[in-house]
Amino acid sequence: MSIDMAQFHQVFFEESFEGLDAMESGLLNLDMGDVDKEEINTIFRAAHSIKGGSGTFGFTSVSDFTHVMETLLDEMRDGRRQITQTALDVLLGSVDCLREMLTAIQEGDEVNESKVAEHKQALDKELNGESTEVPQIENIAQSIDTIESSKAANEGSSQAGWHIVFSPHAHLLKTGNDPVRMFRELKELGELTAIVDLQGVPGLYDLDPEDCHLSWDLKIEGDISREEIDDIFDWVEDDCDMAIQTLTNGVTTSQHPTNDVAPNQINSAANSEQPAESNDVKPEKISSVQAVNQSAKPKAEKKEAKPKGSSSIRVDTAKIDTLINMVGELVITQSMLSLVGEDFSPHKLEQLKNGITQLGRNTRELQESVMNIRMLPISFVFSRFPRLVHDLSTKLNKKIELKLSGENTEVDKTVVELISDPLVHLVRNSLDHGIEMPEDRVAAGKPETGTVNLNAYHRGGNIVIEVVDDGKGLNKEVLRAKAIEKGLIEEDAILTDKQTYELIFHAGFSTAEKLTDVSGRGVGMDVVRKNIQSLGGNIEIESELGKGSTIAIHLPLTLAILDGQSVAVGDETYIVPLVSIIETLNIDESMVNRVAGKGETFRLRDEYLPIVRMHEIFSVETAKATRLTEGLLVVVEGQGMRCGLFVDDLLGQQQVVIKSLEANYRRVEGISGATILGDGSVALILDIPGLVRLSNL
Amino acid sequence: MANENQLAQAREPSTAQYLTFQLADEFYGLEILKVREIRGWEPVREIPNTPDFIKGALNLRGAIVPIVDLRERFGMKKVDYSPVTVVIVLSLVDQADDLVIGIVADAVSDVLDINKDEIRSAPNLGSKIDTRYMQGMYVNGSRMIMLLNVNKLLNPEEFANLTD
Repeated sequence: MSIDMAQFHQVFFEESFEGLDAMESGLLNLDMGDVDKEEINTIFRAAHSIKGGSGTFGFTSVSDFTHVMETLLDEMRDGRRQITQTALDVLLGSVDCLREMLTAIQEGDEVNESKVAEHKQALDKELNGESTEVPQIENIAQSIDTIESSKAANEGSSQAGWHIVFSPHAHLLKTGNDPVRMFRELKELGELTAIVDLQGVPGLYDLDPEDCHLSWDLKIEGDISREEIDDIFDWVEDDCDMAIQTLTNGVTTSQHPTNDVAPNQINSAANSEQPAESNDVKPEKISSVQAVNQSAKPKAEKKEAKPKGSSSIRVDTAKIDTLINMVGELVITQSMLSLVGEDFSPHKLEQLKNGITQLGRNTRELQESVMNIRMLPISFVFSRFPRLVHDLSTKLNKKIELKLSGENTEVDKTVVELISDPLVHLVRNSLDHGIEMPEDRVAAGKPETGTVNLNAYHRGGNIVIEVVDDGKGLNKEVLRAKAIEKGLIEEDAILTDKQTYELIFHAGFSTAEKLTDVSGRGVGMDVVRKNIQSLGGNIEIESELGKGSTIAIHLPLTLAILDGQSVAVGDETYIVPLVSIIETLNIDESMVNRVAGKGETFRLRDEYLPIVRMHEIFSVETAKATRLTEGLLVVVEGQGMRCGLFVDDLLGQQQVVIKSLEANYRRVEGISGATILGDGSVALILDIPGLVRLSNL
Repeated sequence: MANENQLAQAREPSTAQYLTFQLADEFYGLEILKVREIRGWEPVREIPNTPDFIKGALNLRGAIVPIVDLRERFGMKKVDYSPVTVVIVLSLVDQADDLVIGIVADAVSDVLDINKDEIRSAPNLGSKIDTRYMQGMYVNGSRMIMLLNVNKLLNPEEFANLTD
């Protein structure tokens, strides 16, 4: 049975994470002044399905935790509770916490219980602090029921005591139960502190003397099992609202579910910790000892070993339908062709040709739509930024507005996954270093609120993602001074603007005057660039002092297919990515210079470029062209460096499917992957930056 | 065959089946469960800047599979590939991934059931053959069969070390 369930876990986790994202963005969108019901509903629904799912799969800690959030949201939804910034922050924190819990469970790790407890406590406080409704307390309590009781079952009862919130329904006394008798029994178990709450007592004229209007906040200390407490309250279980928690720092609780209660019935049980709000409550001490048990820490009670690395993708049904249509067409073409082939005669040649053309078209369309399935809108990445900006701007005391554009631009799933971390880094940098403090902005004549734009759009075969801020911009002089100080450049070096800005990509390069925990340690920009380059992209900076900076990331649309130019070197065929080719030329000796008798360079217009002899660096013995005049020079650019690749001949242009060489072997310098040519043989795809490095050795 | 073998293993866990093959006049064996297929030699695409014993990469139904010449790997005399030259495609379970690697051998001979107790530890064979890559030795009548530890022998990281 457990195996049967386990196969759905992945789906559950994915849905839950999606739900969390929805909750997060919903919470961020909530406008405190003008509350959109639908928005709260969305958040509520997400929480509800996470609760339901986790309950089904037995992740009780998750479902219990979510239940508390749900309760809070439910009240907001019904308008019973004001939406405050603190409440939103608490909820946002809880979303994070929930995400961590789910990740931990997914990966089979220990759930960080103390953190969970902390958030639960915050929720608890939020619920109790502003509402006078007991069900909240009850629900919070319920949330940890399972953990606690399983713990109690496993370890015996080692609690230092219990905290009981007991609010009888009005008719309790009519059922023949007497709270005082129950308290007496409790007192026999251990030290009892009882605080009565008189808030529910109506005015004298409305008072029905036969009803119970009181509720109590009880603390009982001693090594008492849950069962003993339950026994005492056994008879009143259905006639009261009650929450039982272990006496700890408010962390662990356990409770008895009771029937639902209308608000007016239970507004008597305000938590004793808010004396200011309750009508002159006097603690009625039976005996008083204050003790808080700090120890009892519930263990993560569910562990689900989950293999990492499996991933799936959600696809628009429309995309699948297109795909099915195309496969249908393909089948038709195939049957047509087989009909032609069955009884072939020369006069059917025309028919055969048509069939093959159609097959070609089908294949191409099919390929396109399959690739399309892997495409996800960039909003998958962008959606996390409102939260990040919200949190960071509060932390930095800056006023920052985030504007997103082009969220629907589609990119390959792999790109989406890998671009997210570098992008976070860039946005953090913009917030921390780019945007100035509000007063500085005003002094500089700019609007108080800084703006960070995240744009995505297609350009050529690339997707461009821009982080634009209207902050203080990069100071070329400071960058230069810093680079000289670090020994990265010579004092008299002449750098273009572009080269100056590129300095920030050096490891350990930070111009921030003081380190913050947000950024400024100078690690990162080099990693960002490395990550982006590993995706086959590049990163560019434009900046104007005092006006702001633009950081643009150019990435290939997909990592699975590449437009390539095949080149021949002897018997070998290599693929040069078409994007990196600038031009191809015949060369004559007069254009070539030798540097220090070794490295060859040639002059291309006003530039001197190194020549990389492919047959030499790849030791191809069969190369036909060994003298420069015999072959061709393919001018390529990679990582801002240009060079000329010397090859025998150009073969043809084609789209190639990138296959990994590393899957079964390992990385080879100068080669980014392999592909399979039309004749079934393998061809290697050249890694231009790697080749440039190789030739420099 | 794999199923039969698994059944055999379930009944008699102390025996394992080994595929034996020939390199020059020597016989080698490797666990048959690691063998994915055996195919004839066909030209491969050379991978530049790799040790000589990596003959190149082969397209195995869409996967790029490196091919290792065991003769060269063991420092034996190179021979021209003939029609009987075979490529044994192995699938090695690494820590995380399934590595697929082909090895070139002169010929395959038999599949032997070898009792674990009968495997002797590898003797010191001097420098020609590194006993690190040996699982042990098995004597079949007059024939001595070297059982290879393919996981170690064909670890791409080890190749890197060798190039240095």
